[in-house]
Amino acid sequence: MLDLHGYFPFILKGMVVTIEVALGSLLIAVILGMLGATAKLSKSRVAQGIATFYTTIIRGIPDLVLMMIIFFGGQLIVNDIADKFGWGYIDISPFFAGIVTIGFIFGAYMTETFRGGILAVPRGEIEAGYAFGMTSKQVFFRITLPAMVRHALPAFGNNWMVLAKTTALVSVIGLQDMVYNANQAGGTTRQPFTFLLVVAFLYLLITGVSDIALRLADKKFSVGVRRA
Amino acid sequence: MDYEAIINNLPLYFEGLWVTIQLVTMALAIGLCLSVPIALLASSKNILVKALPQAFIYFFRGTPLLVQMFLIYYGFGQFEALRESFLWPIFREAYWCALIAFSLNTAGYTAEILRGAIAQTPFGEIEAAKACGMSSATIYRRIVLPSAFRRALPAYGNEVIFMLHGSALAGVITIVDLFGAARIVNSRYFVPFESFITAGLFYLVLTFTLVWLFKRLEHRWHAYLRPRET
Repeated sequence: MLDLHGYFPFILKGMVVTIEVALGSLLIAVILGMLGATAKLSKSRVAQGIATFYTTIIRGIPDLVLMMIIFFGGQLIVNDIADKFGWGYIDISPFFAGIVTIGFIFGAYMTETFRGGILAVPRGEIEAGYAFGMTSKQVFFRITLPAMVRHALPAFGNNWMVLAKTTALVSVIGLQDMVYNANQAGGTTRQPFTFLLVVAFLYLLITGVSDIALRLADKKFSVGVRRA
Repeated sequence: MDYEAIINNLPLYFEGLWVTIQLVTMALAIGLCLSVPIALLASSKNILVKALPQAFIYFFRGTPLLVQMFLIYYGFGQFEALRESFLWPIFREAYWCALIAFSLNTAGYTAEILRGAIAQTPFGEIEAAKACGMSSATIYRRIVLPSAFRRALPAYGNEVIFMLHGSALAGVITIVDLFGAARIVNSRYFVPFESFITAGLFYLVLTFTLVWLFKRLEHRWHAYLRPRET
């Protein structure tokens, strides 16, 4: 039978870190995605250019390379700035770097997702909002945003699943997530396979639970839509 | 910015580039060959036939590539029987472990893409083939697979780019691919920006080449879907 030598709580502690990183980066990704989508759909050429540059670069470079640039490079920049102001050495924690990097990467994917979602909202609904005398802010929060969720949800779900798996990369920059802890426990007990397999199933658990949650959300946001 | 370290190490980057290209092409070729039978079995109506291939797809799409690679590279050494078998020289080498992990991973994703494409085959096409008296093997060879491959092309293009990006993980287990080369340069000269951005530029060029290539392929394979030139 599966003998984890009492290391299971240790792995679960790593799982908590994994989930924290995933949710933290999801938050950043959603904010960046909304900003990116707004920029891409705006009339300003500059905003469009910046958003297009952002999504192209992110989708062209592997996430691991980006993580190294932000983790090591970010460390250098922060300390250059800190030096100038005489703050002394500032250490960027892998936790912070991980969340920022993954959030930054998936912000680009969310940009495309949200842009598609906003474009799918029927023009007439937005016009009707304006006709009622709503300000553009009110139209966005009362009409566009709730209506786009349904269109963006499937791609959003995919992004979330990929994001959850991408968090495994933070173990490379030394953050003690469940992959890192499994390698540690596997090394001490000389059973790396057992521990990594447990971690693989914990990932399946995370994606499985997300799948159910997303299906429920889809049902909720598709109320009133008839399907063949 | 310290460009000298980069310029002096450009040969290392090109060696890394070659390893990356090797790993990605071989993994994609093996993965594609594996994915066709897996996709065919997974689209069967018989639950006994489709259970195993679908579990394969579910596992490889549901877990991180990094974990899959670690399972093979670090994990398999746990088994005494394997360590003493003739297979050990393969599973001892980081290069082969990475190749096996990448191949199985892309096989899982590609099989799911193909399964979806097969499921979307218009019923009329199969009906017509049956009416022409084709056997089910002939139907698959002449009707189902060619049109499924065409439908799968855009999604497969994305998968190829994901595989290219995923291949950077090889650098984590000591392989000197593009990412591994950048890691070496960074650890020797401590130039994180220059070293990783250089690798990033190489990856960008590779990505854009692939995007262009798939655009050409779609142009050719989806010729019948293009609006007629006037």
